[in-house]
Amino acid sequence: MSLAITLRNSQASTWRWPGLSRARWLSPVILLALWEAGSQAGLIPARVLAAPSAVAETFWEMTMSGALPSNLLVSLGRAAAGLAIALSVAVTLGLISGLSRWGETLVDPLMQIKRTIPSLALTPLFIVWFGIGETPKITLIAVAATFPLYLNLFAGIRGVDVRLVEAARSFGLSGWSLVREVILPGALPSFFVGLRYALGISLLMLVVAEQINAQAGLGRLINDARDFMRTDIIVVCLLVYALLGLAADALVRTLERKALAWRPSLVEQ
Amino acid sequence: MAQPRIRPFVGRAPEAPTVRLNGFTRRFGDNVVIDGLDLTIAPGEFVALLGASGSGKTTLLRTLAGLDPVGGQDVATPDARAVVFQDARLLPWKKVWRNVALGLKGDDVRARAEAALKEVGLGHRLDAWPSTLSGGEAQRTALARALVREPALLLLDEPFAALDALTRLKMHDLVLSLWREHRPAVLLVTHDVDEAVALADRVLVLDKGKIALEERIALERPRQPDARFHAVRRRLLGRLGVEAPAAQPTHAPALVTFPTGEALL
Repeated sequence: MSLAITLRNSQASTWRWPGLSRARWLSPVILLALWEAGSQAGLIPARVLAAPSAVAETFWEMTMSGALPSNLLVSLGRAAAGLAIALSVAVTLGLISGLSRWGETLVDPLMQIKRTIPSLALTPLFIVWFGIGETPKITLIAVAATFPLYLNLFAGIRGVDVRLVEAARSFGLSGWSLVREVILPGALPSFFVGLRYALGISLLMLVVAEQINAQAGLGRLINDARDFMRTDIIVVCLLVYALLGLAADALVRTLERKALAWRPSLVEQ
Repeated sequence: MAQPRIRPFVGRAPEAPTVRLNGFTRRFGDNVVIDGLDLTIAPGEFVALLGASGSGKTTLLRTLAGLDPVGGQDVATPDARAVVFQDARLLPWKKVWRNVALGLKGDDVRARAEAALKEVGLGHRLDAWPSTLSGGEAQRTALARALVREPALLLLDEPFAALDALTRLKMHDLVLSLWREHRPAVLLVTHDVDEAVALADRVLVLDKGKIALEERIALERPRQPDARFHAVRRRLLGRLGVEAPAAQPTHAPALVTFPTGEALL
């Protein structure tokens, strides 16, 4: 087997493999290989951390048996419900607060007070109020995701170029048509920043919320696996959480590309 | 129905002016920006408004555009009026034709916008995003957006100030030919004396909120930089506090070429 070797300069000592200096996948692969080798050699006991091959096998089994898809769906449902509530509350409050002085005076102080209380700290209160069913979980996600959505929509509306608003007024736009044609599109880039934060936060809250006596969902799988010291299942669930984060980001990127096609991009794709 | 119409003894029937201000005053706090101003603009008349920064010309334009409150004063303007701003102020999230169609109603909105854009030579940029337009193209889009409303009064707020010299001359031609075609009354606010003399029927110099000088320009268009042109130019510059050299039209090098009135391109 021969390797393509380029001679960078006349000094024979500087041999290089082309492209290898940019191979960002290399170190994760090496880590994975070391991990696998360590497991095979018995240096890493399965009760501490399952081998990558065992994790892959478990992943396949859980997918085939339906345990992973069904529990994933439950978790996704929680995050989606919480986010949907957060969206409707935040958009309503953001519009009230962004579009009128009175709205700002009434709404904004409450939102700022809410911001100073870490959402996680509300968990005990929610358990007291709502028990340990689905309600406290969804509420926790909704409450935490509301603020970044609200704040960025509010800032976006207030940041709309007043000269554009004035021009649109001079061409006969007013009231709802002005909001729809000028103010909301102008606030959209900022709103998307909020949406990205909110998605990240709702996944984070999902992980925490699912530690509360979950009957189903990824959290339930992890809790069960912990009781039986099944590190392979725990790692599978961690991977799924990571994939959820990636998927959420890809979703917002797609939405942005569609909705903000008018923006000149700083970096051409 | 068949009542005889009584005409006053003038050469032609008096038309109601498009714009009429009587003793209009506007102040911000203690600062009087416009001071008892009288102004009428006849239908189809092209008026240029000159003045130093802070002379109140933008305030006057904003008043006529309905962007500032008039506080119950005697100000008569037509409902059909449109503004072209110095910065084109296109909505970046709407394609060019949708910017032109902004606020229009009806089934044929796209066709009307298309016709207006063709008239300003942008028939090929209908679906472009505003961020991809050059400065001249953006201002032509803004002109189309104003014209599509068929305004009785067209307000131009230093619309060519940010353009390069060549593009500015092309825009002068375009504005003149559009004005001839549609005959709105025009109020052009500008810093540029040559621009004012080249385009307008009447030039006003605004100083401390009052009209300091009024020049009716009877030169036929297209206007050549001849002795009469220079005489008007020198009077206007003098009132604006600039010493202009004596006119030597046959020897003076032409600093700019003046619009021919022909549509370019």
